[in-house]
Amino acid sequence: MDLLTHAEAVALALSFKVSLVGVACSLPVAVGCAWLLARTRFFGKPVFEGLLLLPLILPPVVTGYVLLIVFGHHGPIGRWLDAAGLSIAFRWTGAALAAAVMALPLLVVALRNAFEAVDRKLEHAAATLGAGPWRIFFGITLPLSARGLAAGLALAFARAFGEFGATITFVSSIPGQTRTLPIALYELISTPGGESGALRLTLVAVVVAVIASLVAALMLLRGGTREDEA
Amino acid sequence: MIELDLALQRGKFSLELAVRSPARALALFGPSGCGKTSTLLAIAGLLHPRRGRIAIDGHALFDAAADIDLPPAQRNLGVVFQDARLFPHMSVRDNLRFGMPRAAAKDAFDDVVELLELSMFLKRKPGQLSGGQIRRVAIGRALLREPRALLLDEPLANLHREARAEVLEYLRGLKHGFTLSTILVSHQPDEVTALADSVALIEDGRLAALQSIDAFQASIAASGSMLAAKACASG
Repeated sequence: MDLLTHAEAVALALSFKVSLVGVACSLPVAVGCAWLLARTRFFGKPVFEGLLLLPLILPPVVTGYVLLIVFGHHGPIGRWLDAAGLSIAFRWTGAALAAAVMALPLLVVALRNAFEAVDRKLEHAAATLGAGPWRIFFGITLPLSARGLAAGLALAFARAFGEFGATITFVSSIPGQTRTLPIALYELISTPGGESGALRLTLVAVVVAVIASLVAALMLLRGGTREDEA
Repeated sequence: MIELDLALQRGKFSLELAVRSPARALALFGPSGCGKTSTLLAIAGLLHPRRGRIAIDGHALFDAAADIDLPPAQRNLGVVFQDARLFPHMSVRDNLRFGMPRAAAKDAFDDVVELLELSMFLKRKPGQLSGGQIRRVAIGRALLREPRALLLDEPLANLHREARAEVLEYLRGLKHGFTLSTILVSHQPDEVTALADSVALIEDGRLAALQSIDAFQASIAASGSMLAAKACASG
């Protein structure tokens, strides 16, 4: 007997794809934003930080609706994407965008903390050894932030994997296209006789969340231990 | 020729220093908090003077009047920090190679490794080294930069007696084996005596005197200098 039905397995695989692509897309943006927040001072920094954290605070449905307005078929960017043949509304790429937006704040917070924990004196030492800003970042700052980055990635992945409100608002529930695990679970709960399927998907969601939070905790704990030893 | 003429403000502390020394190895000597390390950081480009000029062998690193302020990466100085600042995620080998110019001679690395006897722990991480070994790696890393001058910030600070003697011996070897201009920051008279040709005595951010090493030794021996006495006490 299979552990999951075909539809459930499709939803699970789609959730992994959407979460991985979403987190991968938000990573470079998060790295840039976190570095700006950790290493620079500029006018409007608190506003910038607030905007980045907005998806954590806003109801996910609101975030999804904003995405629909901007990236939908009639939205300012969506229209342009449609014309270029890159439409994302009601496609898995739209679900990945929703996941990226929802995961971004967690990544930014984790990375900012990790960057701030890197001893600036090491970056200064690298500069006296002839390293430019890019080499300092990729050779010193980022490797020394690796545990914070790993913890942030694990949390962001878990957040993206569990994303529901923004996704269903932005890209609806299309089997094999946008019906991720949480949406499939919601539909099973709403369907008479779907209890056993709902229970199976719940177990899968719990296992994924527990693994992600264990990885994050382990990374943060080991990072802390190493700093204490230094 | 080492030319330092700089004005620097750090909080309430004001540094106004003018030193011109033809010595190959100049020591900045004085008690803790007198401005020695600030001066060294300004030479390295990590602090920015309000005005003045910093030049080594005629090469201006900072000149407010001429609007020159080279970033640290372009000053080509080998800096040995008091806390070594080895990169903890890299092996000793990678630390040593970090600042090496691409066009460095192939045997430069081997020469420095041999000179400082580092070959035994090239694969180790800095966290696996003793205090003396860490200083030797920091010195080797600075030398492999092929710098126009070496800046040493209290290179023997916080080392126990055996490690101090060990590192001092290597530094003595460098002094005789290299023709690099060297600026040494120290509040330890024996360190200065062993490594410098000329001594700038600094007190409260000002130059109190510029002495030859012989005059400095005489003043230490006579224990007549209040500055030296204070420095010894604080060390």
